[in-house]
Amino acid sequence: MAEEKENATIVVFSGELDKALAAFNIATTAAAMDIEVTMFFTFWGLNVVTKEKTDAGNKNPLQKMMGMVNKGGARRLKLSNMNMLGGGKLAMKKLMADFHMPSLEEMMPLAKELGVRFLACTTSMALMGLEEADFIPEVEDFVGAATYVEIASRSQINLFI
Amino acid sequence: MKPLQADKVIDCIGLFCPMPIVKTAQQLNEMKEGEVLEVIADDKGIKSDMPAWTAKTGHKLLGIEEHDGEFHVFVKKKA
Repeated sequence: MAEEKENATIVVFSGELDKALAAFNIATTAAAMDIEVTMFFTFWGLNVVTKEKTDAGNKNPLQKMMGMVNKGGARRLKLSNMNMLGGGKLAMKKLMADFHMPSLEEMMPLAKELGVRFLACTTSMALMGLEEADFIPEVEDFVGAATYVEIASRSQINLFI
Repeated sequence: MKPLQADKVIDCIGLFCPMPIVKTAQQLNEMKEGEVLEVIADDKGIKSDMPAWTAKTGHKLLGIEEHDGEFHVFVKKKA
């Protein structure tokens, strides 16, 4: 039996609540199965791992505008379907609470505890005017696509969500 | 048939995937080799999830007992 651990990568491109939950469900399951999981947050996926209140300054006007319409934080994420101006999201959250399913905010520290690596994409960060200080502490590094591709080339499971 | 005995029991009733598997992994980590963990769950997914998990991690699935809508899964920590 091989001693080397298996690897899995998940590109989180979507900034939607249901997609983020799916990503974390799979990530934590894989981590629980002794697989080394790396999550690469890019584009809208950055919103999953940003703090709600951003303190970092020095943003140009376009980035500032982007920041105003694209506010961060896992709590603000919408459903990809049937969000219904928030009604759908509320219904989903209630169902999850009734079924004792962990919220996204609870899944993230759990994933971290299980050894899942959180990486953020520097290019997307520039586009959205985000800096390292805007991210939650779980994000361990700020990298480019080559970092992602290298890990993916060694992984048995590679997902794009 | 000898009933399966456990050194530790975790109650995952009401919890859905991936929580029973995650809790199993976390609990087994804290147990000694050869010890048996009993996981009680009511999410049917565990019938295929647990064999998949033990196949991947190398721990031994001793058996799954089903009664009253509850699944009692017995896992032995590998050496």
